Amino acid sequence: MSVIYILIGFSLIVALAFLIGFIWSIKNGQYEDDYTPSVRILFEEQKPQSK
Amino acid sequence: MAEMNEQQSAQGKETTGAAAIKEKVEAKPRNLEHFEYDNSVARNFAIASLVFGIVGMLVGLTAATELVFPQLNGGIEFITFGRIRPLHTNAVIFAFVGNAIFAGVYYSLPRLMKTPMWSKALSNINFWGWQLIILAAAITLPLGYNTSKEYAELEWPIDIAITLIWVVFGINMMMTIIKRRERHLYVAVWFYIATFVTVAMLHVVNSFELPVTAMKSYSWYAGVQDALVQWWYGHNAVAFFLTTPFLGLMYYFVPKAANRPVYSYRLSIIHFWALIFIYIWAGPHHLLYTALPDWAQSLGTVFSVMLIFPSWGGMINGLLTLRGAWDRVREDPVLKFMVVAITAYGMATFEGPMLSTKNLNAIAHYTDWIPAHVHVGGLGWNGFLTFGMFYWMFPKLWKTKLWSTKLANTHFWIGTLGILFWVLPMYWAGWTQASMWKQFTAEGMLAYPNFLETVTRIKPMFALRAIGGLLYFSGAIMAVINLWQTARQGSFQKAEAAAAPAMAKTFKKPKGEHWHRWIERKPVQLLVGSFIAVAIGGLIEMIPTFLVESNVPTISSVKPYTPLELEGRDIYIREGCNNCHSQMIRPFRSEVVRYGEYSKAGEFVYDHPFLWGSKRTGPDLHREGEIGGKMYKDAAWHYNHMYDPTSTSSGSIMPRYPWLIEDDLDYSDIGKKIAAMRTLGVPYEEGYEDQQAVADLQAQQQKIYDDLKEKGIKSADPNKEIVALIAYLHRLGRDVTSADDTQEVAEK
Repeated sequence: MSVIYILIGFSLIVALAFLIGFIWSIKNGQYEDDYTPSVRILFEEQKPQSK
Repeated sequence: MAEMNEQQSAQGKETTGAAAIKEKVEAKPRNLEHFEYDNSVARNFAIASLVFGIVGMLVGLTAATELVFPQLNGGIEFITFGRIRPLHTNAVIFAFVGNAIFAGVYYSLPRLMKTPMWSKALSNINFWGWQLIILAAAITLPLGYNTSKEYAELEWPIDIAITLIWVVFGINMMMTIIKRRERHLYVAVWFYIATFVTVAMLHVVNSFELPVTAMKSYSWYAGVQDALVQWWYGHNAVAFFLTTPFLGLMYYFVPKAANRPVYSYRLSIIHFWALIFIYIWAGPHHLLYTALPDWAQSLGTVFSVMLIFPSWGGMINGLLTLRGAWDRVREDPVLKFMVVAITAYGMATFEGPMLSTKNLNAIAHYTDWIPAHVHVGGLGWNGFLTFGMFYWMFPKLWKTKLWSTKLANTHFWIGTLGILFWVLPMYWAGWTQASMWKQFTAEGMLAYPNFLETVTRIKPMFALRAIGGLLYFSGAIMAVINLWQTARQGSFQKAEAAAAPAMAKTFKKPKGEHWHRWIERKPVQLLVGSFIAVAIGGLIEMIPTFLVESNVPTISSVKPYTPLELEGRDIYIREGCNNCHSQMIRPFRSEVVRYGEYSKAGEFVYDHPFLWGSKRTGPDLHREGEIGGKMYKDAAWHYNHMYDPTSTSSGSIMPRYPWLIEDDLDYSDIGKKIAAMRTLGVPYEEGYEDQQAVADLQAQQQKIYDDLKEKGIKSADPNKEIVALIAYLHRLGRDVTSADDTQEVAEK
C-alpha cells in the first residue's frame, strides 16, 4: 500500500494549496462583502455607460 | 463603490480597437478601460460539445442496444461492446461535457473578470488541442488501444497530450484571473480554479504508466495499489470534472437566466470549501468489500457520507436562487432544464453517500444500480445543465431569440422522460439481479446457481433502458436543430465591447490591526478554516499508522504470468473484458459459493494494471482458472464460447469474438513487455526475455493446442489469439487455490 503515501502526499499538497488559497482569499478581502457580488454579476451586460 | 473612487487618480488606458467606442471615450471617466470579449472560442467549444454529444450518445445507444441484441456487432471487433463502452464514456465525459465546460468557462470567465481571455493563441490551442485529443480517442479506443482504467482508458501518448492542453487551459485561465479588473473573485471562479488544479493532479498521478511500445503501456502501480489510485482518480473525475466545473457554471448561468442573485452567497462560499476538501478522500467507496485494506474502505465511507452536506448546500443554493421566479420556470425552457439539472444533482448526491455505506454497497455494487446512479448525474445534472446553458447562451452569442421555444419545451419533456426510462428500469434491474445473486434455497443452495439466469431475467430492463436512451437522444437532436436555426436567424457577435475601471492595486485593510482580526470578524470562515486545519492534522497523524500495516500481505505461491498468459491478459485488456466481468470476489457467502474462494490482496501483486472491474454484466472471473473449481471451464469450452457464446450458454448476451479465433497472435513485443514488467518489479529472471520467453510461450501454445485437439476442436491452431486468452483465463485465481502453499506470508 505504499502508493498511499503518493496519494496522501498529493492530496495534502492540493489541500494545502486550497488552504493557502482560502487564507489568501480572506486576506484579500474576498469575503468582506457577501451580498454585492451575487447581484453584481447580473448587471455586467449593460453597455458601457455613456455620460 | 469605494474601489472606483480610488481609481480616480489611476491612468486610464484604452485597449480597444473598436472605432465606434473610441469616439465616445472622451466623454467617459478617465479611468474606464475599454476592451472586447471574444465570443468565438466559446462558440467553437459549444458547437464541438453538441457535435460530440450527439456522437457520444449515439455510441451509448449502440452499446445499450448491443446488450439486448448481442449479434448487433456483426462479429466486428471495432464496434463490440467492450471497445465502444469506453468510447461512449470518454466521448460524453470529455467531449460532450468537457467541451461544454470550456464553452461555459470561456464565456463566463472574461465577463466575471472584466477582461478578455489572456491569450487568444492559448485559447485556440486549447480548442484545437482538445478536439484532436477527442479525435485520437475516437480512433484508438475502437482499435483496442486501451489501458483498461475506467475513464482513463487512453494510452500514454494521448495522456501526455491531455496534460499539455490542460496546462494551456490552466495558464490561460490563471493569467486572465491575474489580469482581472474585478477584484472580487465570484464563486464560480473558485470552482473553475479548483477544477483545474485537481484534475491536473488526478490525471498525472493516475496516468503514471511505463510505455512498452508506441501505443502500449503498463500502469506503474499493481493490484490493490492500482485499484486505489484508479478509484481515487475515478471518483474525483466525477467530483472535479463533472461536479465542480458544473457548479461553477450553475453559479453563473442560473442567476443570469433567472435574473436573480444566488440565494445565499455565503452558503456558496462555505459549500465550495467544504466540497473540494471532502471530495478527494471519498474514492475508496468504489472498493468496498474488495481486497483493499479495511481502514481505507472506512475512510472512503466516512468522507462520502459527509459529502452530502456540501453537495446539498449547492443544490439548495441553486434551487432557491429561483425563489420568486418560479412563475418563469413554467414558461422558460432554460430554467426548466436548470431546475431538473439541479434536482438530479441533489438526487445523485443523496444516492452517492447512501451507496457508500457498506450495507447498501453490498447490494448495489457490480449491478445496474450503479449505471442508473451515474446516469441520473450524467443525463440529468450534466446533460440538462449543458442544454439549459446553451439555450441561454446561443441567443446571446447570435444576438437573437431562441428559434423555437416550443421545440425546446418538447426537448425538455422528451429528455426528462428519457432520463426516467433510462434509470428506473436500471434501478429495477440492479435490485432484481442483486436479490437473485444472493438468494439461497431452504436447503442452503444458491437459488439461481446459473449466472445467466440472472441476466436473462433483466434483459427486458435493458431494452427499456435503450428506449430511454433513444428518447434522450431524440431530445438532443432537437436541441441541435433548434440551436442551429437560432444561429442561422441571428448574426454572430464575434466581439462584444465592454468597459470597466482598472483594478485598484491594493486592498486596504484597517491599519494597525492584529493579523488574526480578519478571521475573528468572520465566524463562519473561522469554522471552515479550522475544520480544514483539523482534517489535515488528523491525516498527518494517520500516516504513521498507515506505515505499520502498509504492505499487502504477499503470498509465496503467487507467481508472475507466463509470456503467453501475459499476451492473453493484454488481449483481455484490448477487448475491454473488464467492462462486463469483475475479477474480485467479495467475502460474502453468496459469492464464495458461486465463484470460489474470495479474492486476497496478495494475489494481485503482479497485476499491472489491476483488472477488478466494476460491473458484472457477466460473472466474476477471478477463479476461472481454479482446476475443479466452480467456474472452471476447459479450453474447448472457451474456444466455442468465444466463437459463439450462445453455443455453450443459451440466451447469453455476450457478443461473439470470431476474430480471436481467426487472428494470429502477435508476440513480437513479448521481450519488451517482460522487460517492462521487470522494471515495474515483477521478478522475471534477468535475460529471460532473450530466448527462454518465446520458447516457453510456444511450448504453452502447443499444450493448449493439444488439449483443444483432444477435445475435438478441428479448426484449432496454436498461434491464434484465442490460445493466449485461454492461457490467461486458465491462470486466473489459480495460484492460491490450486497450490499447496496457501497461507499468507505477511510483510515482505
